[in-house]
Amino acid sequence: MITAERKPFDEIVSLVGDRKKVLVAGCDTCVAICLTGGEKEAEILASELRMGAALNGRSAEIEHTSAIRQCEWEYLDLIADKVGEADVVVSMACGIGIQSMAEKFAPKLVVPGVNTNMLGMPQEHAVWLERCGACGECVIGETAGICPVVRCSKSLMNGPCGGSHEGKCEVTTPEKEDIDCAWHLIWERLKAQGREELMFVNRPPKDWSKSSSGGPRKMVREEARPV
Amino acid sequence: MAEAVEETVETPVEQTAPRPVDPDFEPEIIVFACHYCAYAAADLAGVMRLEYPSGIRIIKLPCTGKLEVIHLLRALEAGADGVYAAGCMEGECHFLKGNLWARKRVNHVKRLLSEVGIEPERVEMYNMSSAMGVRFAEVATEFTQRIKELGPNPAKRAGVSPHAAAREALGDVAIPEEGPSE
Repeated sequence: MITAERKPFDEIVSLVGDRKKVLVAGCDTCVAICLTGGEKEAEILASELRMGAALNGRSAEIEHTSAIRQCEWEYLDLIADKVGEADVVVSMACGIGIQSMAEKFAPKLVVPGVNTNMLGMPQEHAVWLERCGACGECVIGETAGICPVVRCSKSLMNGPCGGSHEGKCEVTTPEKEDIDCAWHLIWERLKAQGREELMFVNRPPKDWSKSSSGGPRKMVREEARPV
Repeated sequence: MAEAVEETVETPVEQTAPRPVDPDFEPEIIVFACHYCAYAAADLAGVMRLEYPSGIRIIKLPCTGKLEVIHLLRALEAGADGVYAAGCMEGECHFLKGNLWARKRVNHVKRLLSEVGIEPERVEMYNMSSAMGVRFAEVATEFTQRIKELGPNPAKRAGVSPHAAAREALGDVAIPEEGPSE
């Protein structure tokens, strides 16, 4: 799923500026599941913004709403009236939802309330781990179901490197926590699968043009397009 | 269960000089009280004829675990000068961990208030058993004194009754007087 984290409050306040009518729009799909931008969190942010405005003696009408999915035109239709009344919309959807909102209601000012950060797996309640980089050419069939693109700190296609020590990467998280060496994990699982020979395959450089390096991507399913 | 206990967030030291306490300021305080402990403790305090400040407004919850972040914010927005949750002693929750969840949420609200610029000390989490009538009155008095020193809620709106507004906002949560069956 797509995960996101709420932006710092001060940044949101500066994006809103001194506009009077503010609509905080949550999205009830991915960002609601990761407890960042669903209806509940939209109401919390709206409440914070109202209290902040009152504190600064500023009069503002700050409301919240949410769409089932901000990335689909049909669901945006359902909140169009509220958006129409607002001077600025703080969208708490992922980057896709925010841009859909901005495009659908252009030139309405739509600003992000969150930083979209990854395609994550919920490891346990309230913990997400990055598992996919949407690189456009999946290799995990040969790497025992473990993605070297996002789980190896260096995105190596032929690992491990010399920085792997007792199963841990030489790189740590910003919080100084250890990161598992993806290629160590791949080796262990390939052994368990009896497919060790895949470890010795020399993989050529990855074609990053299928990832975001190739420009904005577009997918069309001709057989499913409306006739 | 000790591993699940979250320490109370250290609130930053007040930057500004302490404000003089206004003797006429009677803080309005919303208490989210658990049916199984603090609410019964309040009852006991009453039976014991203990005195505690008149600005205390109690909202009964089936468990403080039912308390959500937005409920605390709504109470403050409605004009309460301070809000606290009073749940069972840690390890004694009728629903096992409701009071531990509540403490986490209260601490989260402290962080939210800090970023808005409102004193995080305006919200708090307390634990007490149903036998602690004296403690209930003590907490009510202590917390009221704390809020008196902080002064009125700076985000207070004029002409709103915090109790009525918070009660209305909590319509789906607060339980009727007869409470859940034991």
